[in-house]
Amino acid sequence: MLKLPIYLDHNATTPMDPRVLEAMLPYFVENFGNAASRNHSFGWQAEEAVDYAREQIAQLIGADPKEIIITSGATEGDNLGIKGVFEMYATKGNHIITCTTEHKAVLDTCKHLEKLGAEVTYLEVQPDGLIDLKQLEAAMRPTTILVAIMYANNEIGVIQPVKEISAIAKKHGALFFTDAVQAVGKIPVDVNADGIDLMAFTAHKMYGPKGVGALYVRRKNPRVKVTAQLDGGGHERGMRSGTLNVPGIVGFGKACELARLEMASDTERISKLRDKLENALKQIDESYVNGNPAHRLPHVSNISFKYVEGEGLMMGFNKDIALSSGSACTSASLEPSYVLKALGLGDDLAHSSLRFGLGRYTTEEQIDFTIKAVTDTVLKLRDMSPLWEMFKDGVDIDAIQWAHH
Amino acid sequence: MAYSDKVIDHYSNPKNVGTLDKASKSVGTGLVGAPECGDVMRLQIEVDQATGVITDAKFKTFGCGSAIASSSLATEWLKGKTIDEAVKIDNMDLVEELNLPPVKIHCSVLAEDAIKAAINDFRSKNGLEELVFEQSHV
Repeated sequence: MLKLPIYLDHNATTPMDPRVLEAMLPYFVENFGNAASRNHSFGWQAEEAVDYAREQIAQLIGADPKEIIITSGATEGDNLGIKGVFEMYATKGNHIITCTTEHKAVLDTCKHLEKLGAEVTYLEVQPDGLIDLKQLEAAMRPTTILVAIMYANNEIGVIQPVKEISAIAKKHGALFFTDAVQAVGKIPVDVNADGIDLMAFTAHKMYGPKGVGALYVRRKNPRVKVTAQLDGGGHERGMRSGTLNVPGIVGFGKACELARLEMASDTERISKLRDKLENALKQIDESYVNGNPAHRLPHVSNISFKYVEGEGLMMGFNKDIALSSGSACTSASLEPSYVLKALGLGDDLAHSSLRFGLGRYTTEEQIDFTIKAVTDTVLKLRDMSPLWEMFKDGVDIDAIQWAHH
Repeated sequence: MAYSDKVIDHYSNPKNVGTLDKASKSVGTGLVGAPECGDVMRLQIEVDQATGVITDAKFKTFGCGSAIASSSLATEWLKGKTIDEAVKIDNMDLVEELNLPPVKIHCSVLAEDAIKAAINDFRSKNGLEELVFEQSHV
């Protein structure tokens, strides 16, 4: 029996794996110690648990446990990584390169630094969502201290050519930071093979708890340092003060271990379901898949259904299916998704998009239900769409002088 | 954001979806909004030329549930009214009836604009001067 509602918004957050919860439970009431308490067993127990989790986290990304700085999540990791490098390397330069489809935690951090004297280049992306490596190369300056490009995009799932990007940064003596929130735990990420110097990621996108994440900070070739953004007890090698969230970290560690062990089988199963969903929805006239289909996360599909509006579309099934739209109406602002607009999509296509994010517990039955519900709603709304009627009558919609509100 | 029951009802069972012959002299068509803004409404009225009574009204809307509901409700209210009465439909009446939240008031403004545009289209087709309206309040 199909249980409703169906959750297809795994890029927003994931449910916690029950095995993660089980690992965390002893660290609330029983083993509640402060990992920084050096002189009694409560503290030692907590420290041991954190050390073990740090190894689990490091192993997933091919890092050394000492390179893992625990944070409250990826927003903090993005802030600490970018602001911390800007401050630490101020004598070397003030130029940062990023791209227009980054998460707001990166874009707004860069904007903040511009007020403090940073020069920031925002690379445009190509229509498939990938950055142009030649443009990156051309943007490098002697004062460039940091290239900050995301590993995989949260809205369309495209995976940037991280190895090539890090090579360009290295060649010009700049550090490479990547927001890898959507990638870590979903696809193989190896900080050495990928040439990553700093990387933010978080537990709740990979079946772990909310409120805990990490910033990877390279210790060798080169040794990277960031200026702390929180002053206090000097935890996390002085880079991030604050009492450690022991149960959260334990859960994060367990989630990383499960991801490492189960990634291959999860990916195989989930990508098949994603392809089934996408192939079925592509059968609808005037539907377009957004983002490079070859360089893409296995569990994401972003599709525009031209001539129907995203929020109106979701209303047709949102009591049964939870997902996101690039439509303006879903956000407080009336602007459609800036990521989709950066691909060069017209506002009309950006308004008409849905993001499907599958996950560990997505079933074929859920996908079959979703295919039918979305298809039926698109067809129903097109019957009441004046734009669809004009399109069918051969009217050039772009040639109409629309009155803008 | 949760929708009101009335919005859900109009969305699920929209009234008067369809197309009238826009070439007919007794039909007025209003097309408002813009695809870039995520809302396009086309509202049409058929008017009895002798009495000025709106005998039929149809709509098609590209937009969110509130936009669809606003236009659906507007067509219901239009039928049976004279065009002079129809001009007086205020967007805030739609807001009240549908319990639209503040971020969706623009949907009701669009419906009011569509009504006025349809009436003016009818007037100009029939040799009457177009009415000048004040800007609606968003």
